[in-house]
Amino acid sequence: MTPMWYIVLATVLFSIGAVGVLIRRNAIVLFMCIELMLNAANLALVTFSRINGTLDGQIMAFFAMVVAAAEVVIGLAIIMLIFRTRRSASVDDANLLKY
Amino acid sequence: MSGVETGEAVAFFLLAPLSVIGALGMVMARNAVHSALWLVLTMLSLGVFYIVQAGPFIGMVQIIVYTGAIMMLFLFVLMLVGRDASDSVIETLRGQRVVAIVLGVGLAGLLGLGTYRATQGLAVTGLDEANKAGNVQGLARLIFTNYVFAFEVTSALLITAAVGAMILAHVERRRGERVGQAAKMRERFLPGNYPGPKAGPGVYATSTSVATPAKLPDGSPAPRSISPILPTRELTAAEKANKHTEGR
Repeated sequence: MTPMWYIVLATVLFSIGAVGVLIRRNAIVLFMCIELMLNAANLALVTFSRINGTLDGQIMAFFAMVVAAAEVVIGLAIIMLIFRTRRSASVDDANLLKY
Repeated sequence: MSGVETGEAVAFFLLAPLSVIGALGMVMARNAVHSALWLVLTMLSLGVFYIVQAGPFIGMVQIIVYTGAIMMLFLFVLMLVGRDASDSVIETLRGQRVVAIVLGVGLAGLLGLGTYRATQGLAVTGLDEANKAGNVQGLARLIFTNYVFAFEVTSALLITAAVGAMILAHVERRRGERVGQAAKMRERFLPGNYPGPKAGPGVYATSTSVATPAKLPDGSPAPRSISPILPTRELTAAEKANKHTEGR
């Protein structure tokens, strides 16, 4: 077994997250799928950091986590706002600009 | 620690299926709360992977920030959104699910094959040298030298996010709409409104449920003693009857 297995796992997790974004319609679950994709990218970064023998990959994973935390705060606030005005967290219902 | 030792291989092949199961469960669970719990499983496994791969700091940050803070925030919002959190299974676009799954499998194949071909025969250096002075010390040296600008920008990002969340969560009330204390009191003692505290639910020998209404002096159930969102528990005839405690 080589560290490449971690990369394989990261690609599998990323694809599952992408499929989830395509098939789910609850905005909060969509958001969780995006978090899963970010996590998969972090796993790849940490693994590449180990393969290259420098800590830069871990630093990048750390910054990705910080950005993800900020993103979750704003995203969930927006979802709460949409839910407060539309009484629904489904992304199919937010189609006001369509007509 | 450049190669992969047996212990690490065991940990990987135990936790990798668990993390994939967690990811699949998150996508497939109908209830959004179940999705969140499945995602916690995946994130915990990833935290263990980071620690195993000579990154104890990033692993701990993963567990504290992701499974601790972010997932709790998700659950908090799910509790606020309430019962509506579960998804409907009706497809709005026909065949969307099948196409999405085919696309996902294709993406996994493409990414996996690409990285496999690109990294074939790549020498694994390992982090022994970089972690010589300690993982946290090595990361700190990098953050405060090469990445100090990114680190400073991060603080601006976090402050912007905090202010943005406050603005989004804020509900503006005009001066005229504000109800003062005097008006509140007048409304409270207006005829038709009972100013006292509401009665508690009934406590009986057979039931102490909060859904059991208290009894008024004439024996009828008191509607104010139970919460309107609870289904009222009907009293049986035996419970409704007066208990003959006299002369026994």
